[in-house]
Amino acid sequence: MREIIKMIVVLTVLSAFSGGLLAAIRGGTKDKIEYQQLVFVKGPAIRTILEGCSNDPIVDRFKIKDGDIERSFFVGVFDGKADTVAFESFGKGFGGDIGLMVGINIDDDKIIGMGVTTHSETPGIGSKAKTDPKFSDQFKTLGLVQSFKVKPDGGKIDAISGATVTSRGVCGGITEAGSVYKRLKPQIAEKIKEFN
Amino acid sequence: MAKSITQEFVKGLWDEIPPFRLVLGLCPTLAVTKSVENGLGMGVAVIFVLVCSNMLVSLLRNIIPSKVRIACFIVIIATFVIVVELLMQAYTYPLFLKLGIFIPLIVVNCIVLGRAEAFAYKNGIVRSIVDGFGIGTGFTISLVALGALREVFGSGTFLEIPVFGPSFQPFTFMVEAPGAFVCLGLMLCMMNIAGNK
Repeated sequence: MREIIKMIVVLTVLSAFSGGLLAAIRGGTKDKIEYQQLVFVKGPAIRTILEGCSNDPIVDRFKIKDGDIERSFFVGVFDGKADTVAFESFGKGFGGDIGLMVGINIDDDKIIGMGVTTHSETPGIGSKAKTDPKFSDQFKTLGLVQSFKVKPDGGKIDAISGATVTSRGVCGGITEAGSVYKRLKPQIAEKIKEFN
Repeated sequence: MAKSITQEFVKGLWDEIPPFRLVLGLCPTLAVTKSVENGLGMGVAVIFVLVCSNMLVSLLRNIIPSKVRIACFIVIIATFVIVVELLMQAYTYPLFLKLGIFIPLIVVNCIVLGRAEAFAYKNGIVRSIVDGFGIGTGFTISLVALGALREVFGSGTFLEIPVFGPSFQPFTFMVEAPGAFVCLGLMLCMMNIAGNK
């Protein structure tokens, strides 16, 4: 009996100690990990979109609560003026969700660029959405008023050959980004003033 | 009978060098040694876990009841592995992405559990730390050696710096899984020839 109690006590104390230590380290590294993930997963896309900006968009970011989720917005400063935000949205692709980073100029509500962050599309076919600038550049300077569609669906975007589903997914993601942007525009305009 | 502290350290470098002599921990050895950098990162993570877990197991060896010792070892090891995982995510994120699942899998690495069971549970704290450090260093050296061999022939680079001229055709077999087995076998073979003299 004594032995059993000893076992229980030792295991309990050990687990409690372990839990405490991990919680402390997790708390201490949380912000750092979040920053690293932004730099290495979303960083490349953000940098291509906000090319030429004079600040570090990964440092200059803010969050807005949108219903249940919290969205991160990255600020781009051009010619000394913080007038561009980039944020992530998702579209349904061929192999799952496609993560998109969309940059929008808040003065004229036009897209200044977009890039794919994460995807699980077919390598060499659907993956061109991420690697082929010819596809992603089509979205540049488009206004956000219309819903985006590929040509076969009556839209203006040239689909990647052999990857219509992926292209459709990207268009859906951009359309979604547009509606999020319109919904949150007042808050974005409010928050971005801090960076001017 | 009892070895000196130096001997405890040195044995990990040749006599009991983990993947070759003990033939333990083969899964990460084969999987992560595509390049020198990966091997080194994995090795350092294992050194940290080994030293910390050996220290703690040795410190608690009179408190831990022998019937639940394995469970206690696993709790201790798992804790340190997650510590390493969080630290790697925070400071060396690209390396963490490359090593992926093999960092959490250090928990079930036979070397770490084996040293806790076979050494730290029976020996004093200083000796256990030295043992962990020695075995860990041996493991790191093996991973770096294997990684160097595979990286140099498989991609023609060392630490991502090209070592051959532009006309070099990479022997891609070496960086794939079967190449890992062949490399490991050849190195074991050479070590046995050298050891038999």
